[in-house]
Amino acid sequence: MFKVIANTQLSPNVWRLDVMAPRIAKIRKAGQFVIVCKGEGSERVPLTIANADPKEGWITLVIQAVGKSTRELVETQVGEFIRDISGPLGKPTELAEPGSKAICVGGGVGTGVVHPIAQALHARGVKVVSVIGGRSKQWVFFEPELKKCGEVVVCTDDGSYGRKGFVTDAVKDQLEAGGISTVYAVGPVPMMRAISNLTKQYGVHTIVSLNPVMVDGTGMCGGCRVNVGGETKFACVDGPEFDAHQVDFETLMDRLGIYKTQEKEKLEEPRCHCQHQTPQQS
Amino acid sequence: MSIPKPSVKERMAIERCVMDEQAPLERAGNFGEVNLGLSMEIALKEAQRCLECKKPTCVEGCPVNVNIPRFIGFVMEGKMEDAALSLASDNALPAVTGRVCPQETQCECVCIRGKKGKPVAIGYLERFVADWARANMNTDMAKAPATGKKVAVIGAGPAGLTAAGELVRKGHDVTVYEALQKTGGVLVYGIPEFRLPKKIVQSEVDRLVRAGVKIETNVVVGRTWTIDELREQFDAIFIANGAGLPVFMNVPGENLKGVYSANEYLTRVNLMKAYQFPMGSDTPVIKGKRVCVVGGGNVAMDAVRTAKRLGAEEAIIVYRRSKVEMPARVEEVHHAEAEGIRFEMLTAPLEVVGDENHWVTGLKCQRMELGEPDASGRRRPVPVAGSEFVLDCDVVVVAIGTRANPLLTATCPEMKLNKYGNILVDEKGMTTIPGVFAGGDIVRGAATVILAMGDGKRAASEISDYLKK
Repeated sequence: MFKVIANTQLSPNVWRLDVMAPRIAKIRKAGQFVIVCKGEGSERVPLTIANADPKEGWITLVIQAVGKSTRELVETQVGEFIRDISGPLGKPTELAEPGSKAICVGGGVGTGVVHPIAQALHARGVKVVSVIGGRSKQWVFFEPELKKCGEVVVCTDDGSYGRKGFVTDAVKDQLEAGGISTVYAVGPVPMMRAISNLTKQYGVHTIVSLNPVMVDGTGMCGGCRVNVGGETKFACVDGPEFDAHQVDFETLMDRLGIYKTQEKEKLEEPRCHCQHQTPQQS
Repeated sequence: MSIPKPSVKERMAIERCVMDEQAPLERAGNFGEVNLGLSMEIALKEAQRCLECKKPTCVEGCPVNVNIPRFIGFVMEGKMEDAALSLASDNALPAVTGRVCPQETQCECVCIRGKKGKPVAIGYLERFVADWARANMNTDMAKAPATGKKVAVIGAGPAGLTAAGELVRKGHDVTVYEALQKTGGVLVYGIPEFRLPKKIVQSEVDRLVRAGVKIETNVVVGRTWTIDELREQFDAIFIANGAGLPVFMNVPGENLKGVYSANEYLTRVNLMKAYQFPMGSDTPVIKGKRVCVVGGGNVAMDAVRTAKRLGAEEAIIVYRRSKVEMPARVEEVHHAEAEGIRFEMLTAPLEVVGDENHWVTGLKCQRMELGEPDASGRRRPVPVAGSEFVLDCDVVVVAIGTRANPLLTATCPEMKLNKYGNILVDEKGMTTIPGVFAGGDIVRGAATVILAMGDGKRAASEISDYLKK
C-alpha cells in the first residue's frame, strides 16, 4: 500500500500526486517509470517518475486524467492509498555529456516526464534549455521546477503566456543558434514526431520517451512493442526512451488506439449516472 | 474404522471412473471450472482399481516421485486424513498438479492397469484428496524451530511457492518477492480460471503466509532490488522468475491491432479479469468474433478456449504439425474439441493481414506435410507448394512459446547463462554465484508446473544443506 501525501491540480486535466514509495524514491533514475494499480479491478497504468525525494521517501507522479483509470488515480485524496506501485521500470535516460547543451521539450503531461531528465542533466553539468508548451496559460505547468535546471521557454498556442506558437518553433530557433548536442522530447505522439522530423534536418541526436499500451511492464506481455530501426522492441524493458530518428511513430500512434472503443464503454458505466442522480433525489 | 481392501480380481473388474464436467456448450459460455471433481463414492471405487504394485512404475513416472500407491491405498481404506498427509509430504500443491499435470505422459502412462485397459485416474484422485483436505482438515504446517537463516525466493510461481513452503517448514526465515500484484505466477496470470480456479492458488498462498512466509508483491528483482543487494540481506537466494518473455512469429503484420502474445491475452483475461470488463474490471481485451490461436501447447489451448468463452463465434487452433505432435494435455484437447474449437492442423502462418486502419482481418497460412523426424524426434513439417490461403479472423494470439526474461540476469553479469539466456546451475541447483540457487523455467526453458515444483523442492533441500555449512 502506498500513501498519497499530496495531490495538486496542475492544469485542467493534469494532476501531480506525491506518493510514499521509499525504495523507488531511493533508486529511481531519470527516465524510469512505475506501474500503478489503484485497487481490485483497476488497470495497471504505466507512469513516469516525475520527481523523487530519496530522504523523505516519496515519488511524484504527473497524471493526465483521460480515461477511467487515470481519473480514479487523480481522485485519490491525501491520506488515501494506492494498492500497487511497482518499479522503477525501464532503462534510465541516456544522458548527454557534461559541458554540452541539451534541449528538453515537454508537451502537455510530457512536461512532467521531461522534468527528471532536465534535473539529471543539470546535476551532471549539462546546460539545459527547457521548452514547454500548452494550449494556453492554464495548460502550462512545471515552469518553476524546470527553471531550477536552467533556462525555460514557454510556448502557448494562443499566446496567452510566453511565446505564441508551438514548441517546434522555439526548438527550431534553438537549433538554428547551434551548439545543441541532444534533444529530449516527451509529449503527444504528433509533437514527438514533429520534433524528430525537425532535429533530423539538423542532424541532432534526439531521444523520445514512448508511452504505448502496457500490462506488466517487465517484458512479459509484449503489448508495448514498438518498431525502432526496423526492429520490434518492448518499450517497457528496451525503453521507454529511444532514438527518435529510428522510431516508427505511425505504428506507435496506431497501436495507442487499440482500446478506443472499450475506453468509451468504461466511461459510460453506470457509476457516473449514479453520481448525477444523487443530488436530484435529495 | 478402515474399509477393507478388495482382492486383485475385484480391483481388476472395476472400470475407470469418468469425471463429471460442465456440459460443453454451457461451459464454453462461462469461466467456471470445467471438471467438477469426483464424489467420495466414486473416488473410493477409483482408488480400489490401484493394484498397489510392489515396484510402482507410477512413482518413477512422476517428476517429483509422489508416493502414489501410498496415498491411494489410504483413500481405498477411507483414511482421508492419512491420504492427505501422505500426499502433502510429497507434493506442496496437489490441488494444482491434480488439475494441470499431464498425467497421461507421466504417472498414468506407466500405470500397470494401462497395459490392459485404462490406467488408474491418479490425477483425479490427487485432486480429490487435495480438495477434500482443503475443505475438511487443518493443513497448516508444523512449525520447525527457527534456524535464524534468511532466504529470499524470487518469483511466486510454482517453483517459488514450493521452495518457500519447504524452506519455512525447515525453520528458515523466508521472503518471497513477486513482480506482479498477485502471487501465483503462471498459475494466476496464465492458466485460466476454468482449468484452475484462482481461489485454490490463493488458499495455498494463505497457508504459506500462516506458516510464516513473508510475501512482497510489486517487487521486480533486477529493478527494485538487484541480486547483489539481496545477497547482502539474505543467507541464500532461490531464483524462480520463470520464462516470461513471449516469442513472436516474426512474420509481417505482427504489430497490427488485434495481434496478441498469449501472455498478454491470458494476463489481461486471467490476472486482470478482462472477461468482467467493464463492470468488474477496468482492463479491456479485444473480444474477437473469429480468433486464430497459433500453437499446439497447453497455452494455445488455454487461449483458444478463453476466446470461445469471451464470445468468439469461431475459435481456431493453427498448428504446423499434426494432432499427435501437439504438446498439450490430451484432456485439454478433448475439452477444446467438445467446446467446438476448430483445429487447422499442418498449417503454418505466413503473415497477419490487416485492413486500411491496421486492424487484423486474417491470417495468411500455408499447408504443411510431415517429413523426416527433426532434432525433437517429431516429424518435421514441410510446406506444401502453392497451398497458401487466408483464414479470416479479427484477433490472432501467438502461443508458440516463451523464453527467459533477461530483466534479472542482465543486472547480474557474473551469473553464467546458456545461449538462450537460461541460468546455468550445478547438480545442486546452485548458480555460478555461491548461495544463489535457481530453478523452474528460468533454468529449464518453458516446461511444466510439476517440473518447476520439483526444482523448488530440491532447491529447498540443497539450500538447507548449504546453510548448515
